[in-house]
Amino acid sequence: MTAGSSERRPSAAFEYLTTRKDEFVGWARKFSLFPYPFVTACCAMEFMSVSSTLYDTDRFGAALPRFTPRQSDLLMVVGTVTHKQAPILLKVYEQMCEPKWVIAFGVCATSGGFYQNYAALPGIDKIIPVDLYIPGCPPRPEMVIDGIMKLQDRIAGDRHAIINEKF
Amino acid sequence: MAEEATVAHGTLVLLIEPARLLEVVRTLKDTLGFDMFLDVTAVDWPERNPRFDVVWHFYSTRQHVRVRIKARVPERDPTVDSLIGLYGSARYMERECHDMYGIVFRGNDDLRPILLYEGFEGHPLRKDYPKQKEQPLVPYRASEARK
Repeated sequence: MTAGSSERRPSAAFEYLTTRKDEFVGWARKFSLFPYPFVTACCAMEFMSVSSTLYDTDRFGAALPRFTPRQSDLLMVVGTVTHKQAPILLKVYEQMCEPKWVIAFGVCATSGGFYQNYAALPGIDKIIPVDLYIPGCPPRPEMVIDGIMKLQDRIAGDRHAIINEKF
Repeated sequence: MAEEATVAHGTLVLLIEPARLLEVVRTLKDTLGFDMFLDVTAVDWPERNPRFDVVWHFYSTRQHVRVRIKARVPERDPTVDSLIGLYGSARYMERECHDMYGIVFRGNDDLRPILLYEGFEGHPLRKDYPKQKEQPLVPYRASEARK
């Protein structure tokens, strides 16, 4: 810092902007989705495809997987969930901080798919709330990207109650 | 030793008395060189008495041949001898067979669920297990909340 620079001078055309709080927070949140991949089955291959170079979900701000649910806000359930595994999924979901969203990736996570038997959970929405369903066995990467964009549209349009009378 | 010997898909199939199982398997292992235990499973014939076939497969790593052993056990006492004294891996495969069909392996002291979970009632690969029956570990959410 040089002497005489204590006076703060405008350096660009826009020093301030006005916006609605919900729009601003929604914009920030929709481009900083931190997915937690709860990957159990063959849809994992499609998840790798969509998250790596060719389709690259990083372009949508949803690329960096966090392998602890406490640091993530998007739970992607990729593949079949069995009854035996359901308590683990519930525990992961409950560890995530608000705000959080859930994507059911593929038909097994959506409804159990063709596993209608003693072992498979017929859709993860039986135990946790789901925001977005992506059908397909497995879904095309384009469908996943379309799903992520739809979720982003929803986040952008949501109310984000971060400020209330106490803060 | 066998009641009946046939060839199916190029594999020798021996139907034996359940009581002679250990004797037959010991001969297969020690004399005939079937040194690898591949699996044990069961077949449910709901209309038949005795109801279950218990089926074992063995492989000879020197001769490169397989052999299949079958024994029939009734529904009211589906018990056969355990093979853990001859093949250590039988401990786990017998647990799975017990999970799925309820076959009891005399001499296997650890028949806890291996693929199923504690508290699961019934044996899901028996033909009379309802195929839509669910035994969830996590209570389902109310259906209104799911909309």
